[in-house]
Amino acid sequence: MAAQRRSVDEIRSDMTRNAVLEFAGDNIRTERIKGHVFTAFCIAATLFGIVSLAALLVYVFWDAWGWLDWQFLTEAPSRFADQAGIFPTLVGSVFVVAMVAVLSLPLGVGAAVYLEEYAKRNLLRRMIQMNISNLAGVPSIVYGLLGLGFFVSTVGMPHGIVIVGAFTLTLKVLPIVIVSAQEAIRAVPDSHRYAAMGMGTTRWQMVHTVVLPESLPGILTGMIIALANAMGETAPLIMIGAATTIFTAPHSITSPFSALPLQIFAWSDLPGEGFQHGVTPAAIVVLLVILLSMNGLAIFLRQRFSQRN
Amino acid sequence: MMDYKNLLKQPLRSLKENAMGMVFLLCAVLSVATTVGIVIVLLSEAVIFFSEVSVIEFLTHTRWSPTIKPFEFGVLPLISGTLTFTFLSALVALPVGLMAAVYLSEYAAERVRAVLKPALEVLAGIPTVVYGYFALVYITPFLRQTLFPGIRTFNVLSASIVVGIMIIPTVASISEDALRAVPRSLRLAGYGLGVTKFQVTMTVVIPSALSGIVSSFILGISRAIGETMAVTIAGGNMSRIVNWLRPADAFLRPIQTMTAAMVEIGMSDVSGDSVAYRSLFAVGLALFLLTLLLNIASEVFKSRYREKYE
Repeated sequence: MAAQRRSVDEIRSDMTRNAVLEFAGDNIRTERIKGHVFTAFCIAATLFGIVSLAALLVYVFWDAWGWLDWQFLTEAPSRFADQAGIFPTLVGSVFVVAMVAVLSLPLGVGAAVYLEEYAKRNLLRRMIQMNISNLAGVPSIVYGLLGLGFFVSTVGMPHGIVIVGAFTLTLKVLPIVIVSAQEAIRAVPDSHRYAAMGMGTTRWQMVHTVVLPESLPGILTGMIIALANAMGETAPLIMIGAATTIFTAPHSITSPFSALPLQIFAWSDLPGEGFQHGVTPAAIVVLLVILLSMNGLAIFLRQRFSQRN
Repeated sequence: MMDYKNLLKQPLRSLKENAMGMVFLLCAVLSVATTVGIVIVLLSEAVIFFSEVSVIEFLTHTRWSPTIKPFEFGVLPLISGTLTFTFLSALVALPVGLMAAVYLSEYAAERVRAVLKPALEVLAGIPTVVYGYFALVYITPFLRQTLFPGIRTFNVLSASIVVGIMIIPTVASISEDALRAVPRSLRLAGYGLGVTKFQVTMTVVIPSALSGIVSSFILGISRAIGETMAVTIAGGNMSRIVNWLRPADAFLRPIQTMTAAMVEIGMSDVSGDSVAYRSLFAVGLALFLLTLLLNIASEVFKSRYREKYE
């Protein structure tokens, strides 16, 4: 008999459970069911966004299929969907984001080095830190107003040129660069700093021979995420007067430009199947593929970084 | 033995040392200058705007028409639109984000969590212009076929749904941090009283993490208020005062938020010396102050739970 093979403990626990169930059976059972229902809801909530996005991505890739070809990448926009391409806006996006990279890397890392390695733990440091976290929460369109009101109206630069776009987006993404660079710098063990200082280095020598090389992967990860963010920005560029459709690629920092998200914005409410279910999804796929590969690169760097430590 | 050459280098070295320190300080100060710049730019234009359009008119008039005659600059329709849009987005993002946080922190196995958490983060990485397209081209027709046959091509509901989805990770990740910060001992004490995991979660863990959860909610709401492109593309840009007592009229028709109104002016070719141009900065100032206030409130709540458990 199976029952005889059960241990005393098992029988005892069974007896306890039966006693409890007899005592408060219905209550426990309903509590258990409630728990299961709640868990199910929580799982559903976690999956809701992910599954919705996955479905939308399937749709957008499906729609883009057949429209996304070599000609689409190398031609200028057109009022005929089947001849339209994204070349000028693609160049514009890459141009502006490259400039954002060149500007925000030294500025962001410099600020992070100051806050982590130079600043005394005083009021000024706390103020700057608080200011950075508040800047991270400012809506992107407000940065557009800053670009418009300062670079265009006050300094007198023309509307919608590459350099104004790059300046504006640099200010927008700097908080991201600074905070992630700070984290990377903080992850460098103090013992390494002492080792450098013990060899008689000055603070700057310690920073550029020990701290920066060791935190470089972390800094680059944050940098790439910030650039992906800049790549997807639309509203600030509209505010500084960037064109939503442009027919020639920008060739210098003072050329007027347009960016991929602006082109998507311009195409998304054009009537006609060819635009709504053709070139717009195709442009979205290009943008998402670029962003995805940037994020993939960031994850790859982070993984290598965490393995080494 | 001292190397005299190094000794000679010493002043030069400390000069360089100080210079580098100054350069880094300047980089950090740039962030402060950015804030100051934002405030000065917004204020200086807004002040001129309010000398042309009285504050009373701005705050009480019920029509917003900055570019089409007769010009009117009543901000109420825009505030009404922003409130409606934010309310609906929050309706999606807050409960879903919180429950996702509860699942990730209390229920999910470590391996499941390692997959789901980054997957959830992807939602926040999609550009808002793409979300706007999704709302206009996929969500609205879907809603029309399933739940609301009378829904307009441009409406606030689909824009809110996609933005709600976009904000889920913001709410989830901060809430999850707060839930995980609740000490194990509190949970064990709950179990010791013989209650189920569900009861421990509801009566011990969530209340203990409340300040962090509130912080995530406020930040989520602030994100929705500042969101621009999705609601510009899918929301329809029709400024009106929304009457929530008639939900079909309120939620299934176009609206215009403060942000969308700014884009509309930005897209039109108003000159840099017009009331419409300056109204941009007045609305921008209101938006900046509102989100700043919410972000600070969110920080305050966050620091409260950090004090409690960390």
